[in-house]
Amino acid sequence: MNARLETALPDALDAPAVPTPASVVPHAAPRRGRWRGAARQLLRDPVTLISALVLLAIVAAALFAPWLAPADPYKASMIRRLLPIGSPEHLLGTDELGRDLLTRLMYGGRLSLLMGVLPVALAFFIGTAIGLVAGYAGGWLNMAIMRTLDVFYAFPSVLLAVAIAGALGPGMSNSLIALTLVFVPQVVRVAESVTTQVRRLDYIDAARLSGAGALSIIRVHVLGNVLGPVFVYATGLVSVSMILASGLSFLGLGVKPPQAEWGLMLNTLRSAIYVNPWVAALPGVMIFATSMGFNLLADGVRSATDVRQ
Amino acid sequence: MSAALAPDAPALPALVDRGGPAQPLLIVDALRKHFAVAGSLFDRRRQRVHAVDGVSFVVNKGETLGIVGESGCGKSTTARLIARLLPADSGQIVFDGDGVDEFGGMALKDYRRNLQMVFQDSFASLNPRLSVLEAIAYGPQVHGLAKAAAHARAAALLERVGLAPAQFGARYPHELSGGQRQRVNIARALAFEPRLLILDEAVAALDKSVQAQVLNLLQELKAERGLTYLFISHDLHVVHYLADRVLVMYLGAIVEIGPVERLYGQPRHPYTRALLSAVPSMDPAHRTERSPLSGDPPNPIDPPSGCRFRDRCAHAHAACAAEAPTLRETAAGHWAACHLDDPGSGHPEAPARVAALARSA
Amino acid sequence: MTTPLLSVRGLGVQFTGARTATALSDLSFDVGSGEVLALLGESGCGKSVTLRTLLRLHEPRRTRITGQISVDGGDVLALRGPELQRYRGGVVSMVFQEPGLAFDPVYTIGDQIAQAVRAHEGVDRAAARERALQMLERVQIPQARRRLDAYAHELSGGMRQRAMIALALACRPKLLLADEPTTALDATVQIQILLLLRELQRETGMSVIFVTHDIGAAIEVADRIAVMYAGRIVEENDVAAIVDAARHPYSAGLLASTVSAAHRGRVLPTIAGAPPDLSALPPGCAFAPRCDRATPRCREVQPALIREGQTALACWHPLVHVEALA
Repeated sequence: MNARLETALPDALDAPAVPTPASVVPHAAPRRGRWRGAARQLLRDPVTLISALVLLAIVAAALFAPWLAPADPYKASMIRRLLPIGSPEHLLGTDELGRDLLTRLMYGGRLSLLMGVLPVALAFFIGTAIGLVAGYAGGWLNMAIMRTLDVFYAFPSVLLAVAIAGALGPGMSNSLIALTLVFVPQVVRVAESVTTQVRRLDYIDAARLSGAGALSIIRVHVLGNVLGPVFVYATGLVSVSMILASGLSFLGLGVKPPQAEWGLMLNTLRSAIYVNPWVAALPGVMIFATSMGFNLLADGVRSATDVRQ
Repeated sequence: MSAALAPDAPALPALVDRGGPAQPLLIVDALRKHFAVAGSLFDRRRQRVHAVDGVSFVVNKGETLGIVGESGCGKSTTARLIARLLPADSGQIVFDGDGVDEFGGMALKDYRRNLQMVFQDSFASLNPRLSVLEAIAYGPQVHGLAKAAAHARAAALLERVGLAPAQFGARYPHELSGGQRQRVNIARALAFEPRLLILDEAVAALDKSVQAQVLNLLQELKAERGLTYLFISHDLHVVHYLADRVLVMYLGAIVEIGPVERLYGQPRHPYTRALLSAVPSMDPAHRTERSPLSGDPPNPIDPPSGCRFRDRCAHAHAACAAEAPTLRETAAGHWAACHLDDPGSGHPEAPARVAALARSA
Repeated sequence: MTTPLLSVRGLGVQFTGARTATALSDLSFDVGSGEVLALLGESGCGKSVTLRTLLRLHEPRRTRITGQISVDGGDVLALRGPELQRYRGGVVSMVFQEPGLAFDPVYTIGDQIAQAVRAHEGVDRAAARERALQMLERVQIPQARRRLDAYAHELSGGMRQRAMIALALACRPKLLLADEPTTALDATVQIQILLLLRELQRETGMSVIFVTHDIGAAIEVADRIAVMYAGRIVEENDVAAIVDAARHPYSAGLLASTVSAAHRGRVLPTIAGAPPDLSALPPGCAFAPRCDRATPRCREVQPALIREGQTALACWHPLVHVEALA
């Protein structure tokens, strides 16, 4: 029996932190006024703002690469190999085959970003659906689904990605599949966990008492509260996906030369470290910057949409 | 005010009184619910939580039945079993003469229109993503009412529970105080025009002054709409104020049931007596000197044999361990489950007490 | 009159953040040695904030504290570092509402009590454990020796609360702060804990500040009651005087709306409206919008808390009680 008094003031600050079930669940803000409030808060946070702008610049550069890039990404030149940063005509130098690095970074961004976002987006939809079913159904169905996924979850992501990609063979679509399969269990885990918590709350009971069927309850009451936390989690996964994809390319399982992709570029520029370390590190810098950008943005979104009880 | 509906809101089909005034609205028969304790899969002696162990009672039309007891007594589980939020292991529910969810009886969806529930945690009872109006309108829409009509009805109900729709309708649960949220929960329950309302510690988490407001509202609504209440609470004062009959539960079983004044004035079961004397004194000149019971309410896992209360009872005897007492009618409508009231139980003090009761009757 | 153990003068607490909320305004009261004071009020009135301020538990960056607090002659607000640690638990200690949350789940309760004893008194492990056992026996936990090695989650609610009281009293504080210690407990357990607190207070002679919203609990434990509203004390008096003849309209309204059998069949008296927003307090008396005796003066000018001996009252138009002729 918990006769804990709720504060009579709807927005009294510093109510003593005794967790009620509702406050344990990080639900997303409801629409309209709450989204606007969240957006405002996002814009006020300098870190989030900067990371959003940086990310925007990277995405824009990648998107508009064909129009913005100064050179042809595939044009090689043996006399212009490994030119340093700041060379005339090659702002960021050239790689080991003499191709303009700035151009290749911009074109590489397209593939790298694709490999970062697409698997996560797919995993988001698939994972949420499975997680909702597992969480709402409970019982043996839940156990069956979760324990099966645990098998996948038990492997470190890198190992799993390499294993699946290796089994499927090299190529971009195969690595996309591999990455999606790596992330689905993780998303399911979060979705199932949140669904289970939400399912226990009294308003689900109240909805059941209204005679609604399971589908209606999931659609109206559960989905909205689950999408929020899962989305925030998934945003954090984008950077992981990028790094994993780069890793796969580095190992030769993803994109193949002469395509531009940051991970692949890291691989091929390996030997150039002794000759021109700055140029060799550049693709790594891009991966780092994009990952940090997504992570910080995800953090910002998380705190902006967090409902303060 | 006869009907709380706005004049242009089409109504859901009205619920009909099928059994007549003499038929109890709700008959609960031998409800049982045991939970398996999560233990090792190979644990031979599987422990079970005897949450509700053979509970039977009746709720008459138009009355307020109070259910009191401490944590672990099973009152909330009983409420959820009655509302069919949990499946019972065994037992039957009969609503206005029709068996519920049985062959030839009433369908679950129809039952869900007749019976509604208000929970203790007003915040967890509301979907944080739905506005107040949407939350109230959801239920009637499930039962087929058009969206506009459902919203109109929701607005009318908000008005009735004391929250102006223009001001509160678009608000979200976290923008309301506890008392306001509980009013919204009541409005949502009433949106179905139910006949029976289960209030599971509905006012327990509210401030005293807000509690008084909500209790007044509940009494008004009951009179207006001819509702029947099942009021579950640990607060004996509130139950004394609200209830017509009271049912006392202990460790999953009913120990006493009777009209409120009689039960409070002449409790028969030792647990009821202990519960009543455990209420803090309101008179500074006469503070409580001794606690009526020692120890905490026990865990309903594997309750003791015989009478469940014998571990803490001052009158315990060998007869109490041997056999569990059944409910006996000690006076008109007043039942207690104690060997002390049964001259044939073998308890040495029983004959004297029964004689004393007969003399005083 | 002897010097009070605790003396609070003009205490004001504001929480800054998105908005500034004034949790306490100009709070002044004393607690004598061996006295039990109950702070009575509803949620948001500031009673819990008062206790936390006495133990300096607020986040310093988001809190603005003004005024004076002195315990046993020492200035509490000036304490820093090791002095503050000695003060907390050694001079003033606290019992919380949720006993389960006050204990670290990974240590046994015996360990935690012993840790507290060693932190304050520097005795060795064996002696500290012995003291922990003594404390558990003192709070009447059955089979105390076994319970020393129990974890918090293995105990029932009432036992956890007893264990928390043992923890709070382990270092023999002079002042015990109890923040709604019985609200989350069952009725039969609640009365046991209230009686225990009364008994321990009599034995040790410590002072107690007991925060509650339940007038019954206050009556059982306290000598005096201070009624709080919107961060201020509105009335303070002996328990009997408050219960029989409350003079502030809020106190009277609070007592009247306490449900009892006497109201059966009738409409309950209520206090209209809701408590004010602490970030937007009205200029005059905070209770004026809800008071049926309010005059324009009430709405414009804040009534000061006037003390006369044992009683204190902050109201322009207090209720008058006609003494019943004996």
